[in-house]
Amino acid sequence: MSTLKQFWLKVRVPALSISVALLIGALFLVFTDIEVLGMLLSDPLGALALGFGRAASSYSALFRGAFGDPANFSKALASGDVQLWARALRPIVESVVASVPLIFVGLGVSIAFRTGIFNIGGAGQFTMGAVGGAIAALVFGAGVVPAPIAILLVMIFGLLGGALWAFLPGLLKARVGASEVITTIMLNFIASQLVFFLVSNVEFIQKPPRIQPVSKELSQFVDLPGILPIASLRLDIGIIVALLTAVAVSWFLFRSTRGFELRAAGLNIAAAKYAGMGASTSIITAMLISGAISGLGGALVAVGTVKQLSPGIAGSVGFTAIAIALVGGTRPSGVVATALVFGLLQHGGSLMQVETSIPIEMLLFIQALVIAFIAAPELTLGILKNPFRRRQAKVTK
Amino acid sequence: MRLELQQITKQFPGVLANDRISISVDKGQVLGLLGENGAGKTTLMNILSGLYRPDSGKILIDGKERIFRDPAQAIDAGIGMVHQHFMLVPVFDVTESVVLGNEPTKGPLGSFDRATARAQVAELSKKHGLHVDPDAKIESLPVGVRQRVEILKALYRKSDILVLDEPSAVLTPQETEELFDIIRGLAKGGTSVIFITHKLNEVIAVADKITVLRRGAVAGETTPAKATASILAEMMVGREVQLTVSRSKSHVAEAVLEVKGLNVLNDAGALAVNDASFEVRSGEILAVAGVQGNGQTELVEALTGLRLIDSGSVILEKKPLPAGSPREIATAGVAHIPEDRNRDGMVKGMTVAENYILNTYHLPPYSKRGVLDRKAIAAATEKAVKDFDVRTPSIHTDIASLSGGNQQKVIVAREFSRNVRLVIAAQPTRGLDVGSIEYIHKRIVEQRDAGAAVLIVSTELDEVLALGDRVAVMYEGRIVGILDAKDATRERVGLLMGGITK
Repeated sequence: MSTLKQFWLKVRVPALSISVALLIGALFLVFTDIEVLGMLLSDPLGALALGFGRAASSYSALFRGAFGDPANFSKALASGDVQLWARALRPIVESVVASVPLIFVGLGVSIAFRTGIFNIGGAGQFTMGAVGGAIAALVFGAGVVPAPIAILLVMIFGLLGGALWAFLPGLLKARVGASEVITTIMLNFIASQLVFFLVSNVEFIQKPPRIQPVSKELSQFVDLPGILPIASLRLDIGIIVALLTAVAVSWFLFRSTRGFELRAAGLNIAAAKYAGMGASTSIITAMLISGAISGLGGALVAVGTVKQLSPGIAGSVGFTAIAIALVGGTRPSGVVATALVFGLLQHGGSLMQVETSIPIEMLLFIQALVIAFIAAPELTLGILKNPFRRRQAKVTK
Repeated sequence: MRLELQQITKQFPGVLANDRISISVDKGQVLGLLGENGAGKTTLMNILSGLYRPDSGKILIDGKERIFRDPAQAIDAGIGMVHQHFMLVPVFDVTESVVLGNEPTKGPLGSFDRATARAQVAELSKKHGLHVDPDAKIESLPVGVRQRVEILKALYRKSDILVLDEPSAVLTPQETEELFDIIRGLAKGGTSVIFITHKLNEVIAVADKITVLRRGAVAGETTPAKATASILAEMMVGREVQLTVSRSKSHVAEAVLEVKGLNVLNDAGALAVNDASFEVRSGEILAVAGVQGNGQTELVEALTGLRLIDSGSVILEKKPLPAGSPREIATAGVAHIPEDRNRDGMVKGMTVAENYILNTYHLPPYSKRGVLDRKAIAAATEKAVKDFDVRTPSIHTDIASLSGGNQQKVIVAREFSRNVRLVIAAQPTRGLDVGSIEYIHKRIVEQRDAGAAVLIVSTELDEVLALGDRVAVMYEGRIVGILDAKDATRERVGLLMGGITK
């Protein structure tokens, strides 16, 4: 089998799911438009033309919001002005920025899923990583230690924060069999309330004059270096670390002895026990690594992108990341690719909302459709098949 | 009724499960449908019962073509299935179980008419000689009786054609005999019976006509009068098969495993192994017989570290068994072929190579400083695949896509790849084809001849008698007898399996 064919076999279900979801989303846009519905009886053709015209302009906004406006690119090309370039490139860069937390948490929960643990606590672990990173920035930043070391410490504290938050449910599951689904969800709430407490009660952390529940501006303490030549585009080393983490996770799962144990335990815990692998060690190891990766993401996002610690720092990252892990087949490469697609949808959706007054919920709807189609590959592949061809494929020996 | 399947063909992605299969059974006839796993028996029966539609071919009942779109239509046409895994509700009584889905009702509200139902069930059971108490709870009944309830269920639905899928798998030899009497009685009364099995002796004993399937096609038809076990085996496998393991006299030496007063609890906390004492010596095979569910599973789990020991002593090579630690027990020289290979023996979703190193992955040469050595793993697996004749497209193929026999060969290869002092094999050939059974038996005897002690647990009496130098029988958690091979006749072992110690 050629590599191209193998690649197609891997991506055909997600690719098709996304296309079909967009198509259904378009139909939904047309038939929920009150003006279109009103005209449908008196002037059906006009109504459809209007509806599909609006759907097309919505998707055009989605596309421009995700990748950038071709018109801006040509202007930038013509003039070569840095400001114009920044404007042309900003949408795609912001899409990538939006995908960074999704990559981290997606990778984190994937490791747990691979081990057969349903870690729903990506949000909490991400948040605690953000706490660790913020504290490290406040303590070691602003020249206390040289900048590279401060950045390293931010990352280490992030790892520790996330790992701690995942260790607790891991330990509880391994020792007393507490369901990780429940414990991790509960710890999500505790994490965001803990942040609320820190940013509204601790002078060292809270932003002066201490009115709002947010932390001090973290970029004044530690500034993550950008990786693009245009300074106003905020893509920092977070994306590099995210991609390196994906490579590391892949190596760990498929090349290391520990990873072998985790995969075996995830696929068949009875056989893992039979083979003498310690189930509780697997659970705790997987949770520690899973939480550490989400935490690392939290620290880099809080310090680098958001530049502030606030109770809602995780947003909907936790649940989106679960979807990403499943859609990406819990494979690091799949997770990165899916996170990028979701980042594009997310950032493109914000422009669509601004331009067309279509609510952002519409995007959640499309995302949900994507997931539904990927969860039912038979259905999705059935769409691929030519229905007239099915009859013939009978007696072939 | 006369049932005829003509030229049935069913294609699944990559497999031609049924290739122009034609079978027929007359009114009052017993058709033995013989074939290995994967020969297409189950697919054919699923077509007959309306679960699948054939790609081509016809189903004729009394000469008239019938098309079944769903199982309900097959039942209406008079086809009754008794599945290998019983479909009964444990907390129901016999009457409720039999009428479930077709309950007689009374009154304007259509409430359940228990009295009528009970009378109908009692009458049906009397008419066909299927002795069952209509008021007994299913969970209190032994498997043999549960099977009769399943048959009653089919008869209650006015089945004229009864299909029994591997019905003897869970029965003692005596219960199997009773089942055969029931089948003969039903046939005399005009019911047509299709009896699906992979056991050669059973078709010879009960069938009027035998059809053998091989690789999705009919390999031959014969009658019990003309057939012998070895002829049938050859038809099933497509080559000559040695049905009995040839083995030399054993050279018994010192005891490798000594078990004294062993008690083991099951998951529910009840005593599953009750005061078991025995020993297995170097160079001998001790075969443990017994109907499934009499404590054999728990015994094996305790000896291999998967279950804790409640009390008693287990000495392995003069040292106490490191109970509760599968890894230490394996390191001490125990090879374990687990009872349920799908659950314990392999990790589906992992490759053949990964399954080959499943319990040695952490040791050199496969792992060095926490990193897997892919080259060493591949080299060792390639050799094992060759030595054990595992048919696989590649060592990087998902083990789930191999046939049962080849999966079991991977497991056996893995377990015998270490230095083996004691082999514990639970149901080592369950669900395997005749060819693989022959091969795996040969390998186990080789281990014995090389001086290992071998403990085989099997519910297949043929296997126990073929392999055991001594035969122990378990009944309700106790070892009710240990016989030398020469004293272990089918009858004596069969009676012990039923708990009769005389």
